[in-house]
Amino acid sequence: MRIYIDPKIEQRFFRAVLWLFTGVTVFILFFIIFYVLKRGLPVVSLGFLTKNPVEMGKAGGIFSTIVGTVALTVLAILIATPLGVGSAIYLTEYTRENWVTRVIRFGSECLAGIPSIIFGLFGFILFVTKLGLGWSLLSGSLTLAFMILPTIIRTSEEAIRSVPYAYREVSFSLGSTKWQTVTRVVLPSALPGIATGVILGVGRSIGETAAVIFTAGSSLHIPTSLFSSSRTMSVHFYILAREGISMANAYGTAAVLIIAILVINVLAYTLMNKFMRKYC
Amino acid sequence: MDKTVIRAMSFSHYFGPVPALKNINLEIFQNEIFGIIGPAGSGKSTFLRALNRLNDLIPGSRPEGTLEICGQDVYAPGTSVAELRRRMGMVFATPVPLPRSIFENIVFGARMAGEKNRGRLTELAADCLKKTALWEEVRNRLDVSALKLSGGQQQRLCLARILALRPEFIMLDEPTSGLDPISTMKIEETLRKLQAEYTIILVTNNTKQAARVADRTAFFLNGALIEVDLTEKIFSAPSDKRTNDYISGKFG
Amino acid sequence: MNRLERNEKLTRLALLLVAFSAVSILLVITIFIFGEGTPVMFRYGLQKFLFSLDWFPLEKSYGLLPMIIGSLFVTAGALVIGVPLGLACAIVLTEFSSKRLRRILKPIIELLAGIPSVVYGFIGVVILVPFIRDNLGGPGLSVLAASIILGIMILPTIISISIDSLEAVPRTYREGSIALGATRWQTTRMVMFPAAKSGIIASIILGMGRAIGETMAVIMIAGNAATIPRSLLDPVRTLTSNIALEMGYAAGEHREALFATGVILFIIIMVLNTIANLTSKRRTP
Repeated sequence: MRIYIDPKIEQRFFRAVLWLFTGVTVFILFFIIFYVLKRGLPVVSLGFLTKNPVEMGKAGGIFSTIVGTVALTVLAILIATPLGVGSAIYLTEYTRENWVTRVIRFGSECLAGIPSIIFGLFGFILFVTKLGLGWSLLSGSLTLAFMILPTIIRTSEEAIRSVPYAYREVSFSLGSTKWQTVTRVVLPSALPGIATGVILGVGRSIGETAAVIFTAGSSLHIPTSLFSSSRTMSVHFYILAREGISMANAYGTAAVLIIAILVINVLAYTLMNKFMRKYC
Repeated sequence: MDKTVIRAMSFSHYFGPVPALKNINLEIFQNEIFGIIGPAGSGKSTFLRALNRLNDLIPGSRPEGTLEICGQDVYAPGTSVAELRRRMGMVFATPVPLPRSIFENIVFGARMAGEKNRGRLTELAADCLKKTALWEEVRNRLDVSALKLSGGQQQRLCLARILALRPEFIMLDEPTSGLDPISTMKIEETLRKLQAEYTIILVTNNTKQAARVADRTAFFLNGALIEVDLTEKIFSAPSDKRTNDYISGKFG
Repeated sequence: MNRLERNEKLTRLALLLVAFSAVSILLVITIFIFGEGTPVMFRYGLQKFLFSLDWFPLEKSYGLLPMIIGSLFVTAGALVIGVPLGLACAIVLTEFSSKRLRRILKPIIELLAGIPSVVYGFIGVVILVPFIRDNLGGPGLSVLAASIILGIMILPTIISISIDSLEAVPRTYREGSIALGATRWQTTRMVMFPAAKSGIIASIILGMGRAIGETMAVIMIAGNAATIPRSLLDPVRTLTSNIALEMGYAAGEHREALFATGVILFIIIMVLNTIANLTSKRRTP
């Protein structure tokens, strides 16, 4: 026998439950950011950002880790972007949907789901060990590049696809070759979308720890060449926290990380909005 | 006196198994305005796109027969398709300005062909804008985005854009179907002026437009050419009953 | 044919190579991980590898069962926390609140997805672990702690994608239901939610994938004891932590065993991925 509940009462009950859950969720998420920033921002000063770590990070700043992070991220982007955009161009402009494109897309989506520790393993075995690159910027950036490749392919593909077909038709009718059409009409229009994907890749690289620690090492020195080992901010934070070296500096590093990711996300979001506004 | 510049001989065009054009035989003379009328799906646009091989972009596209422009087979192997398309300037039904400034739109094709000199490009732009009667309206805002122009202005911009390539032919596929009467009139006036220098092929859904503007008119139906003759004759005393029915509005 | 047109064939070939190298990376990764990991699995005995309880690598004993169960427990726990909270949030933001609120909150929630996992782990260590230890007993480093933190970590994924799925349901569904006299909750429960089901399931599976693959945060708060946890308050080790903890000093067969752990992890995630792909494909007609 089904009990009849007045729908209005039922709604009131569930609305209360849902709002409660939502409140809890939003509270937790905001709390985390707030907690870290509250303890971390006081530590962050110009000195903190420009001085190198001293005594394994107990004192001093995080300058070398900032350099390491920037170096790794820039290198990873330089490797992944041409590969990713090139693949996206091929998949959208130069072939029709067939088994080849499906294989490539499937492979790319699988890559996206592989946990970062496995990338770390892979990078360690291939780059650090077998290819003899050692713990280095090169090993680290290659590994990171492979990690962000699927994101760049996916966002670039979407961006390229949303360029109206009419633009291509006009370009051809004016006597362009396919490559000219791609470079002078399609890519410029797809640029905001592609840039969003790249920026998302940047965000992921900055926050990555597991893959980096096994491939780029954890040296506190400022990296001087592609073969230098280097520590990123995320790795530094992890080591400081886990080894209990300096809680204050750990919070400071975390605060810098969060602010950096905030800025990057805002950038990605505004770019995406500009992209949407142009075509929707 | 009438030099044949385009000749179609038993020309058919298939998309996969479906024939969009069946056995077309016609000639187009130099410096005439050649109108093509017919209901939707009759193959008018396909014919135009066969001339500049825009149909090549569609998978499964297969031409048969011969299509000659100034004596050269359009589909001959080794033909430079890019150059062919520059010779056959095409204006589409919906104006498609590229998302750039007015100036950049006009010189787009010229840049693609390799012209880099800024001075020559500026001259070219001014020249083409004057020919399409757009110069006075935009001369002071050439750097403004082309998307800000009205529909009629955009279409004249598209016309100017192809003129910048110094084509021999101008092909228009229902160019005024979305425009107001005044813009339509301006474009028709422009076409009459351009006739002196170019051969113009005008596909139109609007039979009255063909009657106003075209020297000769062809009537397409279901992919076949039914009749082609001087416009006056087509509209006053057509030879085929189907032409008569279409023109008097019994179908279409 | 002019020079540019002749180059087209070359361009196409070059781009094909680029696209193929992108996918061959996946192939290379798979080959390497499996290449390093499978020999030891079969040498040691697959059944023993998967089902033995003893992980003492320095004594050549490689039983993965505690870690497999650890990963499953912790992931299940993460889902128990993440799914109800996340779905509730998604439902409230799409069905029961204003568009403006959604436009403000959604990007902030997506921002939270970008916070490094180590930061989450850290919060777990300084706040959650002591809390559990003081109020619920046990070492604090526990299944419970890991589940809660992982649950929080997958919230942005579930919320974001579920919101997208719910927003994609045609408005006419909602309007039709209300027009028939249903309350908003009834509409949500009986119309909107089922319509968005495949997208929501995809988001959950994605969240599950993220939970299973998480390493650093788990290392910091789960206790890392290689035994099967008997209660929520017992410490636990997952497959991912297993690899990360010992990779630094493992050598020889020990290292191979860690790769084998990677193989198992890889297979589990591939299976999840394929299921996710199938469920989301069923959505498109």
